[in-house]
Amino acid sequence: MDGVLLRSLTPGVIAVLVRRGADFAAAEDAVQDALVEAVRVWPGDPPRDAKGWLVTVAWRRFLDATRADASRRRREDLVDREPAPGPAASVDDTLQLYFLCAHPSLTPSSAVALTLRAVGGLTTRQIARAYLVPEATMAQRISRAKRTVSGVRFDQPGDVATVLRVLYLVFNEGYSGDVDLAAEAIRLTRQLAARVDHPEVAGLLALMLLHHARRAARTAPDGSLVPLAEQDRGRWDARMISEGVAVLQGALARDRLGEFQAQAAIAALHADAPAAGETDWPQIVEWYDELACLTDSPVVRLNRAVAVGEADGPRAGLAALAAVDGALPRHTAVAAYLHERDGDLATAARLYAEAALKAANLAERDHLTRQAARINALLGAGPSG
Amino acid sequence: MAKYLLLKHYRGAPAAINDVPMDRWTQEEISDHVQYMNDFAARLEESGEFVDGQALAPEGAWVRYDGEGRPPVTDGPFAETKDLIAGWMVIDVDSYERAVELAGELSAAPGAGGKPIHEWLEVRPFLSAPPTITE
Repeated sequence: MDGVLLRSLTPGVIAVLVRRGADFAAAEDAVQDALVEAVRVWPGDPPRDAKGWLVTVAWRRFLDATRADASRRRREDLVDREPAPGPAASVDDTLQLYFLCAHPSLTPSSAVALTLRAVGGLTTRQIARAYLVPEATMAQRISRAKRTVSGVRFDQPGDVATVLRVLYLVFNEGYSGDVDLAAEAIRLTRQLAARVDHPEVAGLLALMLLHHARRAARTAPDGSLVPLAEQDRGRWDARMISEGVAVLQGALARDRLGEFQAQAAIAALHADAPAAGETDWPQIVEWYDELACLTDSPVVRLNRAVAVGEADGPRAGLAALAAVDGALPRHTAVAAYLHERDGDLATAARLYAEAALKAANLAERDHLTRQAARINALLGAGPSG
Repeated sequence: MAKYLLLKHYRGAPAAINDVPMDRWTQEEISDHVQYMNDFAARLEESGEFVDGQALAPEGAWVRYDGEGRPPVTDGPFAETKDLIAGWMVIDVDSYERAVELAGELSAAPGAGGKPIHEWLEVRPFLSAPPTITE
């Protein structure tokens, strides 16, 4: 049995239960139970109609739970109202679930957790492991999130931008665990793109594919980070890149540029270069200019300074960097890199060491420490000099 | 979504405002303090932000490798060590601001006279996994 296929049915089954009158929180719980049951029963006795099976089992679980709550009258009402198994729920139901799980009243971490469970069909335990928190904590986070959206009508239209932010978070914080969150984010974004005709949905999908394609090359066997310029481009996933580029071109042709499309365009230009030295940096700078117009984010200006350094030389990069807030994470690391390119090794070594102390993650800290040590060795000062 | 360590010190932190040592509190004040800490942890569990909480014994030993085939050397405790950690709480929250807000609440635990201790707590971010998208 294909676990991903099974999980892909989750939102549609929840939607059927909600349409039949179950509240979202109870429907979601019942469908989780049905998924667990499916994993147990299907290998020996696979149903012909997988979704119909899940609906039947989940509905029975929902009624049992309702009975356990001693809401006898309500249960009988629902049984009276139970419709005959109808056609598959419309695609809009699944879309509504995306909107509900990314509702603006939820905190980012709650929206992420709820989306992974109700849209992704992951178990609370899997989500807890992925985010390195106790299962009880994640269970509380999810049930609070469900309470928060309990008053939201299921048929209210939502804002696709909020959904994209949640999916971006899932992808970008792809922690380790037994669930591949980056792959899960791509699956969920793909599923969304099949339902919503929106250039930014396509833009985000393209962005994810283009970055995911480089994954095998991003880390050395010892777990250390390999910077883009040093990656073995032969290990990039060429099929995934061409899919990402095709999705992006389709989006750009709509002429409604957005943040994710611009970011994907930058990733596509990197993917397009057969070697780091052949990267089209001037065009990357232009895309950063577009991105800066769209978001006015200091992080974009920081990354733009790196691109300017490659396109017009390290002095130009340092000049662009001077206009960026120095308190920004990675500002010191970028300065170190540009000073090294400019031949000022002593400054570069000092800044790399300083940047390592400010790094927000272990892999980056180790990478920056190695850079400092490498230059210190060149300078003949030794690692502690 | 980031993890923070809220670190409580026996020694080494700046002096609290209500700085009466615990062995001078009344029984009721001690009970109230313990209750406050338990309630705080329970609230964090309920809000889905709790990861871990532990207390440490004040005394420990220093241990180091002493060469192949030899047992490790132990020494201490050293009374002159400036910094002494009493315990910690690990939280998983949406922002640094939220981490500071929670540390503030924890620091309001009641001490002598039933008044908040205003104890200084150290807030330290965990180093996370690297983000997927960097450029």
